[in-house]
Amino acid sequence: MSRLANLHPGTGGTILLGLLPFIVLVFAYVLGSNTRLQENPDDKLLPAPSSFVDTIERYAFQEDRRSGERLWWTDTGASLERLLIALGISGALGLSIGLAIGAVPYVRSLLLPFVAAFGMIPPLAILPILFIVLGLGETAKVALIVIGITPIVIRDIALRASEIPHEQLIKAQTLGASTWTLSIRVLLPQLLPRLIDTVRLNLGCAWLFLIAAEAIASTEGLGYRIFLVRRYMAMDVILPYVAWITTLAFAMDYGLRRARRTFFPWAEAN
Amino acid sequence: MAIVTIRRLWKEYGEQVVLENLNLTIADGEFVTIVGASGCGKTTLLRMLLGVEKPTRGEILIDGAPLVYEPAPERGIVFQRYSLFPHLTVTRNLLLGLELSGAHLTGRLFGRARRQALEQVHALLNEIGLYAARDKYPSQLSGGMQQRLSIAQSVICQPKILLLDEPFGALDPGITADMHELILRLWEKNRMTVFMVTHDVKESFQLGTRLLVFDKKRHDPHAPDAYGATVTYDIPLNRRLRAVA
Repeated sequence: MSRLANLHPGTGGTILLGLLPFIVLVFAYVLGSNTRLQENPDDKLLPAPSSFVDTIERYAFQEDRRSGERLWWTDTGASLERLLIALGISGALGLSIGLAIGAVPYVRSLLLPFVAAFGMIPPLAILPILFIVLGLGETAKVALIVIGITPIVIRDIALRASEIPHEQLIKAQTLGASTWTLSIRVLLPQLLPRLIDTVRLNLGCAWLFLIAAEAIASTEGLGYRIFLVRRYMAMDVILPYVAWITTLAFAMDYGLRRARRTFFPWAEAN
Repeated sequence: MAIVTIRRLWKEYGEQVVLENLNLTIADGEFVTIVGASGCGKTTLLRMLLGVEKPTRGEILIDGAPLVYEPAPERGIVFQRYSLFPHLTVTRNLLLGLELSGAHLTGRLFGRARRQALEQVHALLNEIGLYAARDKYPSQLSGGMQQRLSIAQSVICQPKILLLDEPFGALDPGITADMHELILRLWEKNRMTVFMVTHDVKESFQLGTRLLVFDKKRHDPHAPDAYGATVTYDIPLNRRLRAVA
């Protein structure tokens, strides 16, 4: 008899085991929903799965009576736009500042303590400041995400840069590299896979900040909708929206992982 | 090729004297092998020649001019490990040297310049027997292949001086003979002055035209750091004898 630590599931087993918790969750929900609805047909807490279909039908495929829009897609578009702009800005800022910190010791001394301290500011605590200074428009929401995750990206990129063996940097200099060419030919390409990792790991935070900002001041967006219908205890809307957000986040994570494997195959081996 | 002159060179780290009063003149095209116990300053000397450390006192002259204490293309280096670029294929690892020295703004060559550089790279890959592995990444190569590539990478920029810091120390003994043949061939072809630090005394006799042994001349058991090492044996090796051996 082998030890449990040495037993590995086959391909089918891996897929089945991976699906099992999802199946259990769905089953538990259906069971709980049925039980509650039998006791009280007006129960709002665990709506029947059929009501989710109604909701999705209503929100995704029918035009809203008041605005004439398909709310599901308007919300998704608004949220994704904010999120992607913010991730783009954070990624670009994080990469360039992290690279500068990694390449130039003077910049490191200048910026790293500041970034470390700045990153400790709880972003939600300064959300009111952002709304006061930037207004209630898109800028404040994007700024919240950017402020929330850029310091982490900078520090992670700078950390990765400091992990690159010194031998490589010396070697590049003996091959004629300047600080600039050293940065763009030796450091930058080795930081890009880490940028993908960092953005992946920060996706959860980014969504958190996005939904927080939308909950407080917005007229559209996935987070806005959830907090709007909360007033009516509309679990039949909230739950599909949460599942949709989860799906989007999962797809982004998967896409980034695939991108890393495709564009940086050399970074996979180690 | 370069004449290297070392005058009254001292290196101290605080109280600890690593090298004391080193005086050497190395002729053009010499293959200097350096041996000595651990911590006797062999690598420190190499790092000073490389330009990443400064002497406490004294000076190093290259062809009569003071050495610039910063890594420079005239002095190539092969470390024991980590000196390849993991994100570049074998071809591009070699190409990088030509690109960095040829394009200061972009660090990349384009068009005809790139094609010419690639021809040079492919010729060198054939010479070191890595042409078949040209599209692999360094992590896919064996240790011996990695060191071959690292040596070729340093040589492609035609440095006057080549510094080798225990380049074969991490390799299987079986493949070091091939490596010796390669390094001698490249040395003879490119006419560089070579400094090689090694732990392997046999290797130092086989490869060098001049062997330097580093050791402490004086030793105070109560203050082991008080005296530094210097050259205790300076042995000229006859190349013909080496060929027979």
